[in-house]
Amino acid sequence: MPEIRNYTLNFGPQHPAAHGVLRLVLEMDGEVVERADPHIGLLHRGTEKLAENKPYNQSIGYMDRLDYVSMMCNEHAYVLAIEKLLGVEVPERAQYIRVMFDEITRILNHLLWIGAHGLDVGAMAMFLYAFREREDLMDVYEAVSGARLHATYYRPGGVARDLPDTMPQYEVTRWRSKSQATRLNENRQGSLLDFLEDFTQRFPGYVDEYETLLTDNRIWKQRLVDIGVVSPERALQMGFTGPMLRGSGIEWDLRKKQPYEVYNKLQFDIPVGTNGDSYDRYLVRMEEMRQSNTLIQQCIAWLRENPGPVLTEDHKVAPPRRAEMKEDMEALIHHFKLFTEGFCVPEGEVYCAVEHPKGEFGIYLISDGANKPYRVKIRAPGFAHMSGLDEMVRGHMLSDVVAIIGTQDIVFGEVDR
Amino acid sequence: MSKPLHKLADVLRRRFGSQIDACTEQDDELTVDVAPKNLIAVCTTLRDDPGFSYEQLIDLCGVDYLQFGLAEWREDTSDGAGFSRGVAPVSAGRLHFGDTAVTAESEQPRFAVVLHLLSYRHNRRLRLRCYADDPQMPVVPSVTGLWSSADWAEREAFDMYGILFDGHQDLRRLLTDYGFVGHPFRKDFPLVGNVEMRYDPEQERVIYEPVSIETRVLVPRVIRPVVETEIPPADVAEEA
Repeated sequence: MPEIRNYTLNFGPQHPAAHGVLRLVLEMDGEVVERADPHIGLLHRGTEKLAENKPYNQSIGYMDRLDYVSMMCNEHAYVLAIEKLLGVEVPERAQYIRVMFDEITRILNHLLWIGAHGLDVGAMAMFLYAFREREDLMDVYEAVSGARLHATYYRPGGVARDLPDTMPQYEVTRWRSKSQATRLNENRQGSLLDFLEDFTQRFPGYVDEYETLLTDNRIWKQRLVDIGVVSPERALQMGFTGPMLRGSGIEWDLRKKQPYEVYNKLQFDIPVGTNGDSYDRYLVRMEEMRQSNTLIQQCIAWLRENPGPVLTEDHKVAPPRRAEMKEDMEALIHHFKLFTEGFCVPEGEVYCAVEHPKGEFGIYLISDGANKPYRVKIRAPGFAHMSGLDEMVRGHMLSDVVAIIGTQDIVFGEVDR
Repeated sequence: MSKPLHKLADVLRRRFGSQIDACTEQDDELTVDVAPKNLIAVCTTLRDDPGFSYEQLIDLCGVDYLQFGLAEWREDTSDGAGFSRGVAPVSAGRLHFGDTAVTAESEQPRFAVVLHLLSYRHNRRLRLRCYADDPQMPVVPSVTGLWSSADWAEREAFDMYGILFDGHQDLRRLLTDYGFVGHPFRKDFPLVGNVEMRYDPEQERVIYEPVSIETRVLVPRVIRPVVETEIPPADVAEEA
């Protein structure tokens, strides 16, 4: 009888299904995984240490680059923590704008997830459809902040500027004829809110399309049902949050349970799974997209009715308007101090968490009274999920490892920080 | 201070007595200081007692208090040349390899581990802080036996701060490179690092060299007391 040996398999770090730079050392028995040892840190940039060496207001941009598919949600936790330490009031309009962009970001994130997850499992078309919709939402990002991905839009005390009245237009180029450009610009004639409203009316139909392709698809179900089952107890033990926890049947959403901003004024439901497998997590995320869509609609309705300031008037924290600076000496000084030295934050410590598309994203800040944070700790949901990978893949086949990485919705920007 | 939090603080003080060192409330958050020798006992009760029921360890991280309260810019005194220029090499951002970091004079131990707990049943959070006594070899008991999520979090704290976790089964480096030397998040570790890596075409392999990049911290670290700067309208009118 030939000798049967376990062997180790190196998966990644350059593998399209590893969702970035994951090196996975798999101990295999035939095609069955006995143990998985994820080697992470290949994208470690020391964000926390960098933030400790910069004034508070200069690190907002670093937060975008953590989970680089849900940018504004990262910023949200960071500015919330600063605001809590400073005790700054945020205007209500800014709160609505933040909630609206959090939900836009949630849809952006879930669209990328469904595209990449589908691609991993073999549903090629999903990727193309998901990116079609992402394009519209990234245009919204661009209209409001000038950047399609790394927005740096939230500020302690509000948001950088109010929603614009016009949308960027497609131009006629060598590759785009006049009729094509006109067709693409049709829904971009009004303000950002008009464009977004048009999107929210179309979007439920798109989600229906995805569901037609996947939900009852035999191949999709064969790849996901009963793969990576996590019991509710284990999910809590392993620190899972967000859809990973809700898929296991625990009804927990920080937007409902510990509401921040204006979530307590809005109507939405929390989808919950029952079996804790990859398929349930898929269903949870699909429903979350629909819920986010209704949340955006509610925010649009409110924002249309209620114009007002979007940034606090406390000029120790937020810069004064440019027109003011031309005439007012004090405004000029405030502006200068803010952009050279930043602001000093009272001594203390604070932990602020938001319901990020992937789970609970928290910022733990320690301040010693300086203009730079003494310690910043980023609590990334993906980090806990990744550490649970070993337990989730044990006993599964090699091809299921890919499905489980997909269902965890891993992004290495936040895992490695 | 919110009422339920105040109540929880009282319950904690009564329940644990001398097992906890301090219980501070700030901004609707509760921080409990625990000595390493009591950490496991306190955590076990916090997890298993239905009155607390902290099912999840949300986060665990290390903190280095070496330079807590140190500023680079003294702006309370000045000489003939004005105020100091704010470039005293204090923070990690200005350090180079081999430099000794300035230390804040403080009674508290250098390293601490901070745990964030979350109770789903009561919808409550709690922060535990555990100071490691010996700055040369900080040791804290591992809570991996209580919460599985502590596994990687403790590996990260070990990697970044060199804090050892007694009872951890697999305390390897997590985020840094294979063969990395030092603990990068310590306050005396230079921000630019010590070595840089490149591919050397002559030796046909990747080599490590001392860093060539310059430190570039543009804003000094400054601590200003919080003062009310509101000028009463009457004074403004007089000046005008």
